[in-house]
Amino acid sequence: MASIDTGGGDGGHKKGPGVKKAKKLSTRVDMTPMVDLGFLLITFFIFTATMSSPAAMQLFMPKDTDKKEELNKAKESGALTVMLGKGNQVYYYEGQLAPDGSNFKTSSYDPETGIRKVIMDKKRSTPIEDLVIVIKPNEEATYKNTVDLLDEMTINEVKRFALVDITPQENELVKVTQQAGGVK
Amino acid sequence: MTPFVDIAFLILSFFIMATKFKPPAPVEITTPNSVSTDKVPENDAILVELDKEGRVFFTMLAEGNPEAKRTVIENLNKTRNLGLTEAHMNNFVNAVGIGVPFQQLKGFLSVPTAEQGKVRQPGIPVRDSANNELYFWVRDAVSAFSGKKINYLIKGDNNSVYPDFKNVLEAFKRNDIYKFQLVTQPEEAPIGTDLYKTKSTRGGAKPAN
Repeated sequence: MASIDTGGGDGGHKKGPGVKKAKKLSTRVDMTPMVDLGFLLITFFIFTATMSSPAAMQLFMPKDTDKKEELNKAKESGALTVMLGKGNQVYYYEGQLAPDGSNFKTSSYDPETGIRKVIMDKKRSTPIEDLVIVIKPNEEATYKNTVDLLDEMTINEVKRFALVDITPQENELVKVTQQAGGVK
Repeated sequence: MTPFVDIAFLILSFFIMATKFKPPAPVEITTPNSVSTDKVPENDAILVELDKEGRVFFTMLAEGNPEAKRTVIENLNKTRNLGLTEAHMNNFVNAVGIGVPFQQLKGFLSVPTAEQGKVRQPGIPVRDSANNELYFWVRDAVSAFSGKKINYLIKGDNNSVYPDFKNVLEAFKRNDIYKFQLVTQPEEAPIGTDLYKTKSTRGGAKPAN
């Protein structure tokens, strides 16, 4: 029987003599420009990325009132008044301010020994329902200081606190202390 | 090199997807840190910015609700006799932050929106309680949102002083608004504090207020 030569049983890979081998084109593409561009974009996005999105801190202010009976009362034993001055200075007193200013103390924002420790100690030594912290920034305190103190309230889980204007007497003491300490 | 390129493009696609472009802000503001973790609402909010020089900027975040912004400017135009034209008002709807007194508003809105970033704005006057213009901005914005639940965002700079912040609060308080959200950068609760203990025992749950 006549048969067509299929070049054997192996699928026709073998060509007969004289049949030119097709030139194999390389499938490899030069990737260098692409990689260049890729890295350029990576660096761009790394530099422009803002990884941490801002967080919102809740602040509830009380309604201003002139009526005495609407004012919140605070027990003297549970009150801690914190005053903020210029140059990241913090001052505080417990209860009422003594007329001679003897219980007026200076503190700092140091995470170990600063105002946080004062607040923690006060919280430990006071029945929780009596604890009230009054924050009084003076006119030279920065917004950062104010927010830091409000943040301390969250950090120490103080439920009752108020943001109040400083009284002239307290401000006077703050100024005197600042001058004595040479705070610019 | 192939695995290397693979990884590089993986990183690239991550950054492309994770990047959210900062909305154009009228001024550069470095916010303080806080342990708060709540997300800042990006829509239906009134944003008041306070920069380190005490300049106050007012922005209405009303995406998909340009009518609200339009109502505000139309109202102000009427009540304050600003003499704005239709073009000025259209410009306001597209503008980002307003930081000029009412008398200068017409001049500011004559500048094309794209050029407004280059104009140095003096800030909305808040220092004088008799002429706290922010009060009017907030009042009209609240009524323009017409009953929608809106958030009041205050974004202050680290170095701005407390009285300026107080004046901003004053403008809101006069509108009977007492709940604010301060825009801050998140940070971890310091180790050893009460909040840290609560968070670790509850597995990162937010402490009840």
